[in-house]
Amino acid sequence: MNSYETLPDQLSTYVNKWKPKKGSLVMILHAVQDYYGFVPKEICFVLAKELKVPLARIYEVLTFYHYFRLELPAKYRIAVCMGTACYLKGAPDNLDAIKENLNIPEGRATEDGLFTLEIVRCYGCCGLAPVMSINGKIYGKLDKKKSLGILDEYRQKETDS
Amino acid sequence: MPKLTKELLDTYKTPASPETGYIKVGMNTCGISAGAQKIYDAFVHKVKEKNIPIEIKKCGCLGMCHAEPLIEVKIGGKPSVLYGRLDREKALSLLENKSLPEFLVEESPGQKKIVLRNCGVIDPERIEDYLEKQGYQAIKKSIFELGPEKTIEEIKKSGLRGRGGAGFPTWRKWKSTRESESSDDNHHGRFIICNGDEGDPGAYMDRSVLEGDPHSVIEGMMIAGYAIGSSTGYFYIRAEYPLAVERIRKAIAQCYRYGLLGKNILQSDFNFDLETRLGAGAFVCGEETALIASIEGRRGYPRPRPPYPSVKGLWGKPTAINNVETLANVPYIILNGGENYSRIGTGQSRGTKVFALTGKIMNSGLAEVPMGMTLREIIYKIGGGIANNKEFKAVQTGGPSGGIISKDHLDTPISYESLQELGSIMGSGGMIVMDEDDCAVDVAKFFMKFCFDESCGKCAPCRIGTAQALKILEKITGGNGRREDLDNLKRICHAMQKASLCGLGQTAPNPLLSSLRNFEDEYLEHIEDKICRAGRCRELMKRPE
Amino acid sequence: MIHARINGIRVEVEEGTTVLDAAKKVNVKIPTLCKHPDLPPTAACGICMVQLKGTDKMIRSCCTEITEGMDIITLTPEIVEVRKTVLELILSNHPNACLTCARNQNCELQSLAAEFGIKEELFGKILKNLEIDDSIKTIVLEPQKCIKCGRCIQACQEMQNVWALSFAGRGLDTRIAPAADFTLVESPCVSCGQCAAYCPVGAIYVYDDTAKVWGALNDPSKHCVVQIAPAVRVAIGESFGMESGELKTGKLYTLLRRMGFQAVFDTNFGADVTIVEEATEFVKRLTKGGGVLPLISSCCPAWVDFMEKFHPDMIPNFSTCKSPHEILAALAKTYYALQLNIPPSSIFMVSIMPCIAKKFEIHRSREMFVSGYQDVNVSITTRELVRMIKQTGIDFSSLPDSEPDHMLADYSGGGTIFGVTGGVMEAALRSISSFLTGKPLGNIGLNDVRGLKGVKEARIKVGDYTLNVAVAHGLGNVEYVINKIRNAREKGEEPPYHFIEVMACPGGCIGGGGQPRNINDEVRRLRINGLYTDDSHCKYRDCHDNPQVKRLYAEFLGEYGSKKSYDILHTYYRHRKEYKSYRETEFLGESE
Ligand SMILES: Cc1cc2nc3c(=O)[nH]c(=O)nc-3n(C[C@H](O)[C@H](O)[C@H](O)COP(=O)(O)O)c2cc1C
Ligand code: SF4
Ligand code: SF4
Ligand code: SF4
Ligand code: SF4
Ligand code: SF4
Ligand code: SF4
Ligand code: SF4
Ligand code: SF4
Ligand code: FES
Ligand code: FES
Ligand code: FES
Repeated sequence: MNSYETLPDQLSTYVNKWKPKKGSLVMILHAVQDYYGFVPKEICFVLAKELKVPLARIYEVLTFYHYFRLELPAKYRIAVCMGTACYLKGAPDNLDAIKENLNIPEGRATEDGLFTLEIVRCYGCCGLAPVMSINGKIYGKLDKKKSLGILDEYRQKETDS
Repeated sequence: MPKLTKELLDTYKTPASPETGYIKVGMNTCGISAGAQKIYDAFVHKVKEKNIPIEIKKCGCLGMCHAEPLIEVKIGGKPSVLYGRLDREKALSLLENKSLPEFLVEESPGQKKIVLRNCGVIDPERIEDYLEKQGYQAIKKSIFELGPEKTIEEIKKSGLRGRGGAGFPTWRKWKSTRESESSDDNHHGRFIICNGDEGDPGAYMDRSVLEGDPHSVIEGMMIAGYAIGSSTGYFYIRAEYPLAVERIRKAIAQCYRYGLLGKNILQSDFNFDLETRLGAGAFVCGEETALIASIEGRRGYPRPRPPYPSVKGLWGKPTAINNVETLANVPYIILNGGENYSRIGTGQSRGTKVFALTGKIMNSGLAEVPMGMTLREIIYKIGGGIANNKEFKAVQTGGPSGGIISKDHLDTPISYESLQELGSIMGSGGMIVMDEDDCAVDVAKFFMKFCFDESCGKCAPCRIGTAQALKILEKITGGNGRREDLDNLKRICHAMQKASLCGLGQTAPNPLLSSLRNFEDEYLEHIEDKICRAGRCRELMKRPE
Repeated sequence: MIHARINGIRVEVEEGTTVLDAAKKVNVKIPTLCKHPDLPPTAACGICMVQLKGTDKMIRSCCTEITEGMDIITLTPEIVEVRKTVLELILSNHPNACLTCARNQNCELQSLAAEFGIKEELFGKILKNLEIDDSIKTIVLEPQKCIKCGRCIQACQEMQNVWALSFAGRGLDTRIAPAADFTLVESPCVSCGQCAAYCPVGAIYVYDDTAKVWGALNDPSKHCVVQIAPAVRVAIGESFGMESGELKTGKLYTLLRRMGFQAVFDTNFGADVTIVEEATEFVKRLTKGGGVLPLISSCCPAWVDFMEKFHPDMIPNFSTCKSPHEILAALAKTYYALQLNIPPSSIFMVSIMPCIAKKFEIHRSREMFVSGYQDVNVSITTRELVRMIKQTGIDFSSLPDSEPDHMLADYSGGGTIFGVTGGVMEAALRSISSFLTGKPLGNIGLNDVRGLKGVKEARIKVGDYTLNVAVAHGLGNVEYVINKIRNAREKGEEPPYHFIEVMACPGGCIGGGGQPRNINDEVRRLRINGLYTDDSHCKYRDCHDNPQVKRLYAEFLGEYGSKKSYDILHTYYRHRKEYKSYRETEFLGESE
């Protein structure tokens, strides 16, 4: 289990590098999320002290930007694009199929903790619409069958390992 | 690494293409996700294994998203050809001199590449490639021949206007930033920011340029910085574009190594530093005052303008904010002269514009066309018309701030003014084509939902207006609409346009109002007959055949 | 000067004036909601829209500077429709709960709805259930009623630098919340109440203690006594249509007696005692090395709380004197109880304060129970008293003046100016001068500690000593002073000051969070002048000259700073956590 009372070395180095720069908060939150997969609330206490930024500021910023997560996501983060191009090319149907297959609404994790489902707006790969990403890897030209096939690949990978 | 001097810079010349030929693989985010990485790796492996005398290169966006993954092949003295929709095996068979006519693709006609001049041509991760394409010659010209005022003068002559949406004349922004008083006249007295937030869904021109030709944007920023008297620039790039961030960072590091950034650039007294900052999933941060708040480490709340950023921007100092595409035009203009550039285009809209053609179009992709081309030409000539033999219904430009243009206006030559007259805007360049299966009400609802989700919540008209408008649209598409709802919608839209604090709320009603204007009959069908002729709204009946 | 037109009327204003203020100058009223005259604009509501003549563009008048030649139209059917629609949108996101709302009848949103004659709800309600936070028992947060004007955030973050409040979330989900979604009592909130003073609606309001007061007044077993803080008397009249700054001391005495209090005291007496003790403490530190300098004033509980949370290294510098109302209450339940020969348990002490932090102070540590019981039973604000007056039906404005119960009520001029920024300093210096030199101070240099500048520094000659003093008001202004002390300490230099006064509220207690709401610098000035007038009319100007004070020491306490004084009139400080997170216990140990 992680303890969030101090910054791990890697983050500490990053924070020290960014601390002297003005307005470094968003960049530091990115680094925290890259490290933990989310931004633990307890880490904000440490950051507040280190950066001499009030906790209220950190939290108001954290909850403004939807990129930041306050909870640990599942192992595989599915992000379905609902940008305009994807929407018109059938993203809603894909999304429904995925929801049904995983039996979760958006914003939640599956019971086995394997997948979380999110909605994003445009990866800029609209030419491949509809698109989704899993842990950052982008899959394009999806339809229901292809989407569910990709989920199965991940499940397979899990049982194999 | 030796620091580049003026003289050394000139030693980079376009190399003669290698005798033996080359293969270039399009390696932007979209290409990679379509399989380009696998193909590239396979080529590299095979060529090494078999000792085949051909160069394997990476390049940026080739513009034909519909045909990804894409490669360009040039063998011997023959002209180069493009292959698309390949997979690994097919691609490798090219090395065995197989011809694959069914995979040949052709670039669409009528384009004019200025912004995209290097995209798909050079390897974006090699500064040398850029230098060989007259890279950093424009900043050299600015510093040693023009000076700041004349640099601005060239931009003025070019007629360049902001490509980020509003179309504000770039020279005026620079001049005003240059002339505004700053409380601090040394290193951090003025700033230049490159707006790479590109939050408009269905638009990816800026990503393609950042990924495919990062140095052009950097050079554009250097010139802008030089012209306004700034020595610090920021790239603000959305976090959803990791490859763009990586390539920009790489390019910046290369510039520092070559002495193209830092102190005394090309031995002049011009100093310039560049840093990247990431967005974090807030569309509103594309709005310039919200973007500034975000860089300052605050919530992305817009603030009233005036004062404009050119007077009071980042940390209270005069700041010029320019879009990626705007900046990518700059080196070209400086090198080729403003007048030359201004010969392209129409009326008050000069130069080219990059569009991202998506939706129900045959050939989705990026197209850079001279201003003044008609919508019909773009959609039918370049985009190849509507896919699947369906009927064209409308095209949406300008994203959530734009509008829906019906087929009656297809022959409009595009310019900032003409699109505005049609109740849309040029916007950043997303062009989303709809066919008969798309529902005007549903699309309006989609955009309202987008604005509702992305409203920062600071001001009441937008925060609550988007929520109420969305609720009414959901009522209509859910089969519970009433005629008064349309009056209420118009009322809400009017208040949002007039009383919202920033562009997001002010323009959020545009898609709705334009679809209401062009397709009022469809709204009435939804409300009175409980019919959705496109069959999109699930609670309603499809139009009886 | 800028020349412009508003509805065709010529107006000439200084550069930097907003369209709104320029319009006010020519008596054109533009409705507003988020803008408070005392705060910078947040531009949040969109009610104050006006039009540039000849264009269809509308601008926000509250945050747009008027420029040369501007031609503004403030009223057309279109403008009214836009404003009205915006208001209707706001109402659609707001509960219809006026009848049971803390702000019923004095709510800016309610008034606006009435002004616009809103008769029907065109848009369905969009409401979220957000919990009420009354954990701190000084202010109450009711996020559902928040209209996101941002005033409280300006107050708490920028003006007070406490950062107990912030917005969380975004878009329609934006809500006002204590920092990091703690509860208010766990947050760094110091209960200064500035947020509640600025909130236009019933989203942040003062925790209501009036029922406790009514309960005691109706309880025959209780001997109810009451005290009035200095700042109350110059502000309460505003709630009854009188001018700011008019002294209402005599009317208040009459009123409180009519409400049923058995003895009416005056906090100003407590202030006199505070000064005598504090001046003694100061002289001891200055001349006998009896503690560290600078001495820092401690009569503002929000400031004390702030220091205990954010600047615990300043604990040794703090004066140990309690605040005046605690001193008075302690004396009421010891000295007065003895005199009347009644048990302190039967005395019920109500203090009427401009202040919200006092609601917290009355139980902040065991020294507040020196009589064996909570010395101040209930502390209510000026606004709560106003509500009680309205409930009694007494016509405040026509009340005759009367006298208080003299023993714990007669006061000197030094005691009354406690209510203004710089007043504690000035009163203390008057006594310090006498104690050090045997001579009164006169007015030399004291103008430097008066007025509304955020930080006032002065150098004052007292006998052989040159005293460096600083006065800060508004917690946001404290940092500067504290940093100066800290820097000197780190470098091993002499402290930059001998004496510091801090008041949490801008203007001091006259601008307290519990005062009538129409606050701005003009009103502050009028209230301040009211107290200085009171001072100048006092028979005794210096606290130690007050005969009742002399009598108190002669009969009860002994000499200034005696052991008995320390037992009854002084308190101690502890380092408190800024955030009481799940792992922390409340105190980090005691220090004296
Ligand atoms: C809600 C909103 C979002 C915007 N998003 C972007 C964006 O993603 N990229 C961009 O370049 N400009 C965006 N803009 C426009 C910018 O505010 C600004 O006008 C532009 O960056 C200026 O650059 P230009 O003059 O080169 O066009 C946005 C504006 C608004 C109101
Ligand atoms: S990125 Fe793709 S996938 Fe997303 S909006 Fe653009 S088209 Fe859709
Ligand atoms: S218009 Fe919308 S996005 Fe812009 S400030 Fe207002 S609420 Fe925020
Ligand atoms: S805040 Fe105002 S409008 Fe809202 S319920 Fe209370 S009194 Fe009524
Ligand atoms: S104002 Fe109207 S709703 Fe309120 S109490 Fe009176 S009658 Fe009832
Ligand atoms: S009472 Fe003071 S400290 Fe507490 S939240 Fe309000 S403004 Fe902040
Ligand atoms: S709580 Fe009150 S002051 Fe604060 S934002 Fe909400 S309405 Fe405004
Ligand atoms: S500190 Fe303020 S509230 Fe307390 S007695 Fe003095 S003036 Fe009154
Ligand atoms: S300045 Fe006065 S009113 Fe304000 S918190 Fe301090 S004691 Fe209370
Ligand atoms: S192929 Fe990805 S958008 Fe071009
Ligand atoms: S070819 Fe990749 S961006 Fe279109
Ligand atoms: S009063 Fe001007 S925006 Fe609220």
